[in-house]
Formats: sequence, structure tokens, C-alpha cells
Amino acid sequence: MESINKSDNNFEQCLKCTICTVYCPVLAVNPQFPGPKHGGPDQERLRLKMPSFYDEANKYCMNCKRCEVACPSNVRIGDIIQKAKLKYSRHRPSVRDFFLSHTDLVGTLSSPFAPLVNKALGWNVTKQILDGVLKVDRHRTFPKYSHEKFTSWMKKHADEQKQYPHQLCYFHGCYVNYNFPDLGKDLVRIMNAFGYGVELLEEEKCCGVALISNGFVGQARKQAETNLKSIRKAVSQEKAVILTSSTCAMTLRDEYPHVLNLDNKDVRDHIEIATRFIYRMIHETKAFDVSKLKFRNRPLKIAYHTPCHLEKLGWEYYSLELLRLIPNINLTVLKPNCCGIGGTYGFKKENYENAQKIGAPLFKEIEEGDFDFIVSDCETCKWQIEMSTSKKCIHPISVFAQALD
Amino acid sequence: MKIEKLMNEYDVIIIGGGATGAGTLRDCSLRGLKAALIERSDIATGATGRNHGLLHSGARYAVTDQESAQECISENQILRHIARHCVDETDGFFISLPDDDLAFQNKFVASCQMAGIRADVLDPKEALSLEPSMNPSAIGAVRVPDGSIDPFRLTASNIQDAKAHGATVLTYHLVTELLHRQGTITGVRATDMRTGEQTELHAPIVVNACGIWGAHLAQMAGVKISMFPAKGALLIYGHRVNKIVLNRCRKPSDADILVPGDTICLIGTTSTKVPYDEIDNMYVLPEEVEILRKGAQELSPILEKTRILRCYAGVRPLVASDDDPSGRSVSRGIVLFDHEKRDGLKGFITITGGKLMTYRLMAEKATDLVCEKLDVNKKCETAHIKLPGSREEKETTLKKLYSMPISIQESMVYRHGDMAEKMSKNNTINNSLVCECEEVSYGEVSYAIDHMDVHNLIDLRRRTRVGMGTCQGEFCACRAIGILAKQKQICPTREKEELIAFLNERWKGVKPIAWGDSLRESQYASWVYESVCGLGDENKK
Repeated sequence: MESINKSDNNFEQCLKCTICTVYCPVLAVNPQFPGPKHGGPDQERLRLKMPSFYDEANKYCMNCKRCEVACPSNVRIGDIIQKAKLKYSRHRPSVRDFFLSHTDLVGTLSSPFAPLVNKALGWNVTKQILDGVLKVDRHRTFPKYSHEKFTSWMKKHADEQKQYPHQLCYFHGCYVNYNFPDLGKDLVRIMNAFGYGVELLEEEKCCGVALISNGFVGQARKQAETNLKSIRKAVSQEKAVILTSSTCAMTLRDEYPHVLNLDNKDVRDHIEIATRFIYRMIHETKAFDVSKLKFRNRPLKIAYHTPCHLEKLGWEYYSLELLRLIPNINLTVLKPNCCGIGGTYGFKKENYENAQKIGAPLFKEIEEGDFDFIVSDCETCKWQIEMSTSKKCIHPISVFAQALD
Repeated sequence: MKIEKLMNEYDVIIIGGGATGAGTLRDCSLRGLKAALIERSDIATGATGRNHGLLHSGARYAVTDQESAQECISENQILRHIARHCVDETDGFFISLPDDDLAFQNKFVASCQMAGIRADVLDPKEALSLEPSMNPSAIGAVRVPDGSIDPFRLTASNIQDAKAHGATVLTYHLVTELLHRQGTITGVRATDMRTGEQTELHAPIVVNACGIWGAHLAQMAGVKISMFPAKGALLIYGHRVNKIVLNRCRKPSDADILVPGDTICLIGTTSTKVPYDEIDNMYVLPEEVEILRKGAQELSPILEKTRILRCYAGVRPLVASDDDPSGRSVSRGIVLFDHEKRDGLKGFITITGGKLMTYRLMAEKATDLVCEKLDVNKKCETAHIKLPGSREEKETTLKKLYSMPISIQESMVYRHGDMAEKMSKNNTINNSLVCECEEVSYGEVSYAIDHMDVHNLIDLRRRTRVGMGTCQGEFCACRAIGILAKQKQICPTREKEELIAFLNERWKGVKPIAWGDSLRESQYASWVYESVCGLGDENKK
């Protein structure tokens, strides 16, 4: 365990300019939250003096990292708050927190009974029980579980994938594996069209982002070590490691070293989202030739919502560029507002109201825009948008795959 | 200028609002004397507010000065009891680095034991696990009961208690003349520095508790005290890196004590003789900054990468002993002059020398002499009557602040002990923050302005830590001046002047270490105030 009064002094770079406070989506709707500057660098100084200064209201931080994007002094504000939560909070995770964050376990248990589980999660009585007993807000709709896991599908098609001249590894994440294998299949289709076969990592665990935010740091570190081991192996075989989930990508790249103190310098640059990989293959190495692709040429009026964690990575550009390759597309980039879900954050009863308030400007913009559907890289943004608006929300990879003839 | 002849009659007048003056005022008041204190500036502005804030165990003096060591350990235990809210019981290490002679450690431990100071030799590895910031190459470590003490709060608390016992406090009053009658001092004439009004105060005894400035007051009274001003510079780091005081286990020298004081830690000191006429104008030189940085990094290597917040220098009131006016044998001990016996001047006594640690003992000695002269037969009780703020368990006070965020609760109780209760009315406005770095609430600022002799922002800083955090007033100064203006009915022109004075005072301490993030932050602050708020024309910083 790290000793309590040691610090890498990153918080000292803060000039108190307070830009982060203006960008924080939580503070705008919940004055109980001390805010990024105050809960972060300001109070870090006090916590280093005495751990009893830790303010439990820091739990309201949804770890969107918008503060870090806004910070002109390179202070890792979100990380400081996350670490403080893990280090000082006296609040123990509840049963609910356990179920929300152990996605591998819950997914593995649910998949075989997917039709039943999906039906049951839709019943009012189930929602009432989840709300009353577990404090998972009853307004929430749950993502449906898939009967066949993505990994099972991949195993069936492994030989087929080996036929392609090049190979890459896909970190599918829990959502693709347990809930929505179609996104993974779309990715495989695109990569195959470019002449790349897709493999799974030797062993993949949940990236652990929910474990970190719910306080299960030991379990998160264990899973992170497994993932890093698999990624190292893939990298040593000169295979790219790509993801479709922006949050998983941010976790593997940044949360591992900054929050879990795991060194990933050797592989960090090899981890990227699929849309960036495609962009680089088209423009840098010229390995992908778009002119060979055939599109359906169907008119589309869509809007793109930037997930906070993708903005943190600075990579929304690549997803937008991919969408712009589709002919006859009318693409609107929505204002950079947070949707409010924050992974498991918005599922919690105590955060539901604020999550919806945070997302309100985004929902309004979506409803007023008369779009065919919304596009976003993040699965939890998708759930939030689909629950809170009348529109579907689709991953850019799926949009691209479906546009192919 | 109007001269008011107020019939201000007292039993005793104390000149000097440092810890010694405040302590003497309290002691006199507790013994039933009608006492007044006069200070030309704010309380705790001289050496009291410009030292290390170290609650000495006495270990530092054990080898060279047994008497001081014994005084320290005895006062150390008393202060933990009577001024608990001003004391942080951190303990201290005396560490030996590879360059230091380990043989000194034996001598040191033996001397500590002789003075009655607990001194436990620790395995350096164990010491490192207790204090991870200490130099890992240490070859020896001794644990002693050092701590840290806040001199501003200590002085303020003495003043509060004295006032509760009927004392009068006149800050911002400059003594212009000592009133004489037939070889006896009978009182003082003072000028109110803010209004220019003159006042006379009368008393059979006047106590000179002016520290280094006492030489000047003595001269005014027609007697001579030889003082040898010694400047000591200190550096403040941006946050509390060590939780245990770190000392070098060697003969006392420059930059060898690192004290965790409240939210920060500070390294000191240097020691340079300065001419008496320069004591009002102390600044820190680049070479002093270098000495301090080097010493600090030897004690705790992480300090090389830690932000330096500011620096300051104070003047030690060293007094030449009467047997040796040349100053060769300068004492750091307590000096009490009965000028009636010494110089044939009745009604005037001087209490000086000593150190912050022994302020209470100095006050006791001075008050004993005052009582003897006034023929008052009352015993000193300051060694066991607790100061306001230290009279209730921390947990009890915390419970009374239920409506506040925990960080504000903790900060307020850390600073004011049980007095915090009066500062929170558990309502939204009082719970809102003025200073975000140091968690100073509106209620705390408001209470200090109304009840703690605050006349400007700099006074307010000494009571509450407004502007003492890493932003050095960037955000809190304009908020605080608004509250001050409202409660003291200050006009907008003076409001601006006060703000400028405060920001310039902050900049003075930052300037010698203005590089890296501290410089960036200062520039940002000046941009906010000069360019955005238009404080530019007047602000020549």
C-alpha cells in the first residue's frame, strides 16, 4: 500500500484558474460536490496534511475527465479525485456497487439465460425491487444480454480470420461480449474488407473502470495485470490492439498508470480505438485503400455525440473522419455536452436525477435536430441517449459497416 | 491634531503585542490587574509571527544549553495542555546523515536524558517507515517530543482570554512618549496610527515587551539595553511533506529543521547579524534561499520537486548580558530587567530574550515582578488554565458544526478549537467558502473581523489563514475585502488600497523564490487583479 503522505506533486501545478470548475458537468447540477479544483488539487493538499480532511462528497465525481481536458496546467484532476476516493473514503462499496462493477461475473451469469434475464429486467416488479433493495434507479433501462457471447462467436470463426494476410487483436470489452456482439461483428467485417483478420487477446478481462470507480481497486489491479500481459504478448507479435469502446481505451492507456500505478509505457502507444487505427491505415501507412470499398449510397442525416472519455483521448476526430468517408452523409457534431451517465454512476438511485439534469441540454439538442439516429463511440452514452430521447444511438463502426455494400 | 487627555488609568501597561506581551497581558488579567496592551501594528507581527512555529522539545538545545532545554521541555508539556488547539503533536526526529558523526548521537541522547527529554533511538529503517519523506540514506534517527505550534493563534488566544478578563487592547497605536514624574514612569502617550489621534494611558508600571524593538523603547525611557539583532530566514513549501519534525542530529547550524506547520512545511533557519536600524526592513537574499533549499533537500529529498510557496525573515531579540556589554556572550535565555534596581528608573520593567516556546514563562516572570511591585499577592495560574479554543474535545466541537462539509469543519476546529462553534451558525452563508486553499468559511472571516481585533486583510490572514494557501490571495482577497468593507464600513477607495497592500505583502514573500509554478501563479494573480479587475494603476508590484 502506498504511504499516505507521499505525492508525485502533480497537484501543485494547479494555478487555481478554476476553468475546470466551469467545465464540470456535475457541479453545474449538484452544489454538494466540491468540484474538480476544490475536491482535487485544493483538498489534496489538506488530505496530505491529514486523511480526516477527505470529503465523502467527492463520490459525486463521475470521472468524466472533462476537468483534465479543460486544465491548461496539465493537472490530472480526475485522477487525483479517483485516487483520493480509493485511498481515503471510509464508505465501503455496497452489494449494488458489486453487481454494477463486476461486469465479467454478471455477464457470465446472465448470458446463458439471456432471454429470461432480459425479460425480467424489463418488468416493473424487478425494477421496483432493484430500486428499493439495491438502490438502482427504477427509471433505468438495462442493456439486453446476448445469448451468444462475442468470444464464442469469434472462436467459431477463428480459422476463417486466420486466412487474412494481416492480423490484429481486438479488445472487445464487456459490452460487446455480453450485450452487443453485433458491434464486434461489424468491426470484424470492416477489418476483413481492408484485408485484416481479427483475433482475440490471449486472455481479456473487463478493463476495470467500473471496479475503480466503485472502490474495488484490488480486483481492478488484478484484471489490469492480466490485460497488460495479453496486450504485451500481442504487441511483441507486432499486432495492433484496437478497441471500439472509448472508455476501455482510456482506462487501458491512462487509468492503469495514473490510478492503479501500473506501468504501461511499453505498450500504451499500441492501444487505440478502431476508428483511429483505420484513419492511420488510410492516411499514414496507406495500407487501407478506401477507393476499393463499395458503399450503399443511402442518404443519412445523423448527429455525432462525443463521449467524454474520447474527448480526453483527443480522438473524436478519427471517428468523425470515418463517418465522413460515407457518401451522401449529413453529419452534425453535437455540442460538447456530457450525457450524464458516467458508466455506472447514473444507474445509482442517488445520482439518477442529477445524471438526467446533466444530460438535459444534449437530449434537447437531439430532439430538436430531426436526425435519423445518433452516433457515439461509448456504450453507456448509447444507453443514456436511447433511454432519454426518441433516437437510437449507434457506434461509428456499425454505421460504417452498415453503409458498406 | 487633537490631543485627548483621557483619564485612562490602569494597573499595568504592556507595550508589544507579540506572544510575550499577549501572555503577560493575560497573566496580569488573570491575577485581577486592570491591564492594557499597546501595539504599533497588529498582534504577532514581530519575531512571534516570523519564526519556525516549532514546539521545541528542548532537544535542539540539550547539548549546548541545558537550561534552555529544560525550560523548553517543561513549557512544551504545559502548552500541549493549555494551548492544545495551537499545537500539532507531531513528534520529531533527529536524523544523522552519512556526513554526520554518529558519535554525536550518543552525546545528544545523553544530554536529552539529562534535561528530562524523552529521546528514543530508532532504527533508520523504522524511522523511514514512520516518516516516508525523510532522507532514506539516514544512518541514525532519534525520536523526541517535538511538535508544531501556531504563533498567530497562540497570541490571538491569549489576547481573547485577557479581554474576557477585562483587559484593553490597542493595536495600531504607536507609543510616542513615556510619561515621567520624578524619576518614575507613570504612563505612555500613544498615537493611533490609523486616525492620528493621541491618547494617554496611565499606570504605575509599564512593561517593555517589544522584543528587538525594546532597545528603542528603553532609550525612550532613558535607559540602555544592548540588543544584537540576528536575522533568520525561512522557506515555506506548498504542502505538508513531512508529518514528523525533521532535525539534523549535529551541532545546531543553518537550515536544519523542517517543521510540518498546518497545511505546509517550512525549513529554517539562517542566522546573520544585522544592524539595528535595518530591523524594520527584512528581506530574504538569494544566497539564503540557496542555503535553505540545500538544507531542506538533505532532510527530505522530495523537496527538490516540491513547490516553494514563499519565504520570510524574522529578527531574534538577542540581548547582551549586563556583565558583558560587548555582546560576546549573547544569551538566548530569558532576560528580565527591573529598571528600578538596574538603572534607578521606577515603574519600568523589560522582559525580552527567550523564544516563542518560553513566552508563557516569560510572562509569568514579568507578571510576578509586576505583582511584587504593586504588592498584589496572587499566584500565576497560566500553566494550567486552558486558553480559549483548548477547552473542549475536538470531537465534541466537530459535532456542533454538523451542517458544514467535513473539510471546513476540520480546518476550522484545527485553527480555532472550541471557538469554532461561535463561527458557524450552521447556515448556508456562514458555511460558504472565502478561501478555497485553506478552507476558510464566511462565518470564520466574519467572526474574526468582529471579535478578533482585525483592521485589514493582513490582520485577517493572521487570524484565519486567508491568503496563506497556494494561491496567495488570488481568489480569497477580493472576497474577504468585501466582507471586511461591509462589516467595518470601509469606503471603496480604502477597500482598493487594502487589497493592493495585501497583494503586495503576499508578493514580497513570493518574489525571492519566484520561479516555476509559484511564478506562474503570481503572474496569473496579477493578471486577474491588474488586467481584469483594473487594479493596475495603483498596483506597482
